[in-house]
Amino acid sequence: MAPQGEVKVLGAWPSPFVMRPRIALNLKSVEYEFVEENLGNKSELLLKSNPVYKKIPVLIHGDKPVCESLVIVQYIDEAWKDSTSILPSDPYDRAMARFWAAYVDDKIFPTMRGIVAADEGEAKAAAVALFKEGLSLLEEALVKMSKGKKFFGGDEIGYVDIAFGCYISWFKVTNVISNVNLFDESATPHLVAWIHSFSSHPAVKDVMPETDKLLEFFNNVVLPRMRAAAAAK
Amino acid sequence: MGKNHEEVQLIGTWVSPFVFRARVALNLKSVSYEFLEEKVGAKSDLLLKSNPVHKKIPVLIHHGKPICESLVIVQYIDEVFDGVKILPEDPYDRAIHRFWAAFLDDKFFPALKTIRMVQGEEVQKKLVEIKEGLALLDEALVKLSKGKPFFGGDQLGYLDIALSGFVAWIQVREKTYDVKLIDESIIPNLAAWVDSLRAHPAVKDIIPTADGLIEWVRVNLGPPPAPAAN
Repeated sequence: MAPQGEVKVLGAWPSPFVMRPRIALNLKSVEYEFVEENLGNKSELLLKSNPVYKKIPVLIHGDKPVCESLVIVQYIDEAWKDSTSILPSDPYDRAMARFWAAYVDDKIFPTMRGIVAADEGEAKAAAVALFKEGLSLLEEALVKMSKGKKFFGGDEIGYVDIAFGCYISWFKVTNVISNVNLFDESATPHLVAWIHSFSSHPAVKDVMPETDKLLEFFNNVVLPRMRAAAAAK
Repeated sequence: MGKNHEEVQLIGTWVSPFVFRARVALNLKSVSYEFLEEKVGAKSDLLLKSNPVHKKIPVLIHHGKPICESLVIVQYIDEVFDGVKILPEDPYDRAIHRFWAAFLDDKFFPALKTIRMVQGEEVQKKLVEIKEGLALLDEALVKLSKGKPFFGGDQLGYLDIALSGFVAWIQVREKTYDVKLIDESIIPNLAAWVDSLRAHPAVKDIIPTADGLIEWVRVNLGPPPAPAAN
């Protein structure tokens, strides 16, 4: 029986982390209310639900808040057990999925930001090379884990797909603003195909931000913030 | 015989708080394992081959297959071996244990670790950060334990194991900086928890002493920094 209680997700449309619980809920066909936060003026509900970090996403199930995007995805997987599984059933495969999801947050996200922050020339080339090293490991992992199917999770999207795929729009924005091509058909062919498959998946396509909109957000909101921070140093 | 006597190896050192997590989990499940101790300054071929991505300890090797990242290892041990359940049954309780375990790695441990690299006023800031973290954990303990000794209740659970590796290192900082971090008058629940942890059968024979760690640091990393001037 599905667990009782209304489901809310507190978030903001540009955030890759917020996409994660939304995709998971969509996969499980769970109805939820999406509450768009104004991060310059955080709601009482957000501050009360995530007093430790005061960050999005927060899942509120009934009256219970769950914080940290990957913790939320695992909660969704375990609370709605009767639907499609997000984590695989074999313990070793689960360990691999958890390992690579952690890798995405520890290495891929920071190295992507490193590209945007790098000065033109050698520094940027080095930042791109570092990012692509990580990407080649994920290309290998995709080949191993997918066993010839489309996703890290096999036939259906799984934990690593969700953890990694939420960054796709931001990768595209990085390509534009840093004038690079992060996903090279010849270097990472499986990942290039995976990007198409993931982006068009029914559980994903309506919650993935459009690249143009995200680029506008970057130029109007993120870039001024970055410049202000650099000037303050 | 059964699953808990299959071939298990753990690559690590006795000082690493992350390796410690895996050892407590294995002990809790009564799993016999071979402890392969790494030498300081020279990573073994087995480690480099088993964890090519990070080249870090701990690595658990089960049936010849390596599992890396301490919390991934603890969850694997919980799912594969019989015995006491490490993660609670209820999905919400599991989420709370996982949230705080992530807090330990993302916020708490970095402050504990990097205090060694700063001077003067920065040291005081880190000490405040550490104390604030401990206060949050004390609150979480009250909520999760429901009057029992551990975050997991009567038995060690996921968050107990996640925090266990840092206890000796917190005590190292107390000695080095001449400050009480686990102060019974401020965080009585966590102070009692430390005593219960140190006495637990899965922990008591392997938990380092603060003096042992201080000596290890002195021999392998150099003399400790002078305590911050007040």
